[in-house]
Amino acid sequence: MKRKVGLFIPCYIDQFYPNIAIATLKLLEKFDLEVGYPLEQTCCGQPMANSGFEEASLDAAQLFIRNFQEFDYIVAPSGSCVLHVKEHYNLLPGSEAVTKVRENTFELCEFLVDVLKVDHLKARFPFKVGYHSSCHGQRGLCLSQSSELNAPGFSKPKQLLQMVDGLELVELNRPDECCGFGGTFAVSEEAVSVRMGKDRIQDHLEQGAEVLTGGDASCLMHLEGLIKRKQLPLKVKHIAEILNGESV
Amino acid sequence: MNHPEAAKKFVKDEQRTTWHDQSLWFVRTKRDKSSKSLPEWEELRNMASAIKANVLSHLDEYLEEFERNAQANGVTVHWAKDAEEHNRIVHSILAKHRVKRLVKSKSMLTEECHLNPHLEQQGIEVIDTDLGERIVQLANEPPSHIVMPAIHKKKEEIGELFAKTIGTEPGAKDPQYLTEAARQHLREKFLAADAAITGVNFAIAETGGVVVCTNEGNADMGVHLAPVHIACMGMEKIIPKAEHLGVFLRLLARSATGQPITTYSSHFHKPRAGTEMHIVIVDNGRSEHLGQEDFRRALHCIRCGACMNTCPIYRRSGGHSYGYTVPGPIGSIIAPARNLKANHTLPFASTLCGSCSNVCPVKIDIHDQLYKWRQVIAKKKEVPLSKQLAMKVAGRVFANPGLYRMLGKVGRKVLRLPLKPLIYNPLNTWGKARDLPEAPKQSFREWYLENYPKNGK
Amino acid sequence: MGSREQILARVKKNKPEGMPLPSVKFFEEYASENLVQAFSEVLEGVGGKVVSVSGYAEAKQQILGCYPDKKNVGSSIPELEMGGLTLDAIDDPHALHQLDLMLVKGEVGVAENGAIWVSENSLSHRVSPFITEHLAIVLEKEKLVWNMHQAYSREEVCLEGYGVFIAGPSKTADIEQSLVIGAHGPRSLLVVLI
Repeated sequence: MKRKVGLFIPCYIDQFYPNIAIATLKLLEKFDLEVGYPLEQTCCGQPMANSGFEEASLDAAQLFIRNFQEFDYIVAPSGSCVLHVKEHYNLLPGSEAVTKVRENTFELCEFLVDVLKVDHLKARFPFKVGYHSSCHGQRGLCLSQSSELNAPGFSKPKQLLQMVDGLELVELNRPDECCGFGGTFAVSEEAVSVRMGKDRIQDHLEQGAEVLTGGDASCLMHLEGLIKRKQLPLKVKHIAEILNGESV
Repeated sequence: MNHPEAAKKFVKDEQRTTWHDQSLWFVRTKRDKSSKSLPEWEELRNMASAIKANVLSHLDEYLEEFERNAQANGVTVHWAKDAEEHNRIVHSILAKHRVKRLVKSKSMLTEECHLNPHLEQQGIEVIDTDLGERIVQLANEPPSHIVMPAIHKKKEEIGELFAKTIGTEPGAKDPQYLTEAARQHLREKFLAADAAITGVNFAIAETGGVVVCTNEGNADMGVHLAPVHIACMGMEKIIPKAEHLGVFLRLLARSATGQPITTYSSHFHKPRAGTEMHIVIVDNGRSEHLGQEDFRRALHCIRCGACMNTCPIYRRSGGHSYGYTVPGPIGSIIAPARNLKANHTLPFASTLCGSCSNVCPVKIDIHDQLYKWRQVIAKKKEVPLSKQLAMKVAGRVFANPGLYRMLGKVGRKVLRLPLKPLIYNPLNTWGKARDLPEAPKQSFREWYLENYPKNGK
Repeated sequence: MGSREQILARVKKNKPEGMPLPSVKFFEEYASENLVQAFSEVLEGVGGKVVSVSGYAEAKQQILGCYPDKKNVGSSIPELEMGGLTLDAIDDPHALHQLDLMLVKGEVGVAENGAIWVSENSLSHRVSPFITEHLAIVLEKEKLVWNMHQAYSREEVCLEGYGVFIAGPSKTADIEQSLVIGAHGPRSLLVVLI
């Protein structure tokens, strides 16, 4: 029997970045999986909880559990939302369904590497690419080794990007510095947020990246917003789109 | 203090922000290199964290043991429940000895207690002898970093300050020259001091001694010349045994500056013959903090400053923007424990990126505590009404799929209208420097229903 | 109730449940095979100078060679009488601010960080290694250990009175992080390994 995967498309991807969701769906469909998309999904509740309003996030979290409890795996193209489900759904009353959902929710790259054990991809992307390591995936889900720790290096997203034909990864000066999105931080601390984003972009530009990619559309939305405003020579692509073999 | 307001002012000077960010990032890279030279680094962090957890769970016993042993060494031990009592105790010791001139090595505790103004009001000259602290003292500013108090100042500014205050050549900015001038200036102060105050990095319960770490040697210069030594310590500085110093001294300087150890790690157990040594143990909110289960681990802190150096917000907003004695991530979890109302913006001065927790040598869960403080602050309604309302509404919308979809559709439609000036209005904080994403005609769900009709319900 | 009792009562009430005290590991498995070399490299990295000699006579030669023109020399090492200041005759430590060079005995050296334990057992004045313009520490090679855990287990590192680990000359980087040697204490450190 095929493993059942529930496609978890965070609210802002659903509304603003359908292409990322489509790429994720098509990418997952290349494997021996039964991919379903629960139609009643909205948001995992992170924006409220991270702003200090866990209470206001409870109903959304309950809805999430109802939507996804039947799946073997739940996969999303967003490390941040996945981390929220895994780490903060202890705010829900404990139940078998909550435990099952928390244990089986995966960020896309993590799912491809750890569960599907993907070792090759049919994709071509002949560009110089800078990988932006989003913090919640990086330090929260340990998608890559953090630069602060004295431990062997690895990177699941880069491992996947290296399977893409023609893709050249550039090394950044600061491989895992925050871009300054940070949810409501982007607005409540606008000045610092913008400055952090500009500094990240500069690092990619200095290393000669033509395309900036990453696993969290929220960080990419922030960075792309800055890039577009300044009309900088850097394209932004979600990692799902590259791994699915789409060109710029 | 309102962090976003202060940060906004700091960031406005783009070049200075770049300089500040790079200076501190340089310290972070030195810390990385140094920590990675020890294969046992992560194990040391675990050990340090476990020792500190043990200390907090037996703190009263260790404090009493420390007091007993210190007294047996001929040291006078004082207890201060708050800043005011601390200042009173220090002053009474100084008054008894008719102290007019005091030298003080770095002590964040005395900053926290605002000791200097208290003593100065009573006619005592207080000289901070750490070079960075002396610089900010002469500039009449608080330190902006706990390890590098004057990291926010450029050498030109220090040159100007020294020319005005200690008589260096106007226009001089060479660090070597300025440091030499400060050495001469402070040497006189050391030789003339009637008493010396130091902070405490570690207090050893088993032996009753205190350890003070400096690079300049200023703590020792003060203490060994003056007839009175007063060591002021926050009560969480206790460690059980001398052997634990091995763990903490291996971590402290490597985390702070990347040095393998500070130049001087001085162990004070008994007063020098013919002199007095006093230790003031200070609570000032710590015992209450200890009772807060989610937040007590902040008391593990050994004040290395690594979380400041790594924090992308600290590096781009400067220490003064936090408005608290200890700035940066660790300050943002200590400050609300001491005074929530005054410091309610600090836990939001973070993206919760988690780098602070990763560099912390005693493994404080800093970013998790920031998250938890946000919950406390929101419950106490210390966030703007507009945000409270927005979050409540968002919670409702996301709990109702039909409403969410309807609002999404309307929102995207509005964004697609040719109304750029209307959309990028002054209330749209996002759009000040950033474009909004292009709103697609179809949401993913709409696309899915069209392309996977048999899956639609 | 006085402050002491109030504080202790509050701590007792608020402290968490008892947590065990971990045993300290020594990490000897990571020790360098050549302690002298490791020690010298680290100490030179923090601004010190290291020379190796066969005995006290050669030590004296080396010290004189490094500091040929120092007038006020103090020594608290009986084997190294330099004929300078008689420290025992000085009561007031302030008088030592004339010191050009001070010689002291190191009791334990730590290879991982270049720190040397100096205690008042071998100092006539606690301030002497700080107030002097230059400092020379004489240390027997046998007294080298690898790391701080081992150092604290040595009986020489006795926590009576006063003692200090010294790693290099006095320094500061408080002005734009420019390293300046000679903050308040010695402007140079010579370590003579015997």
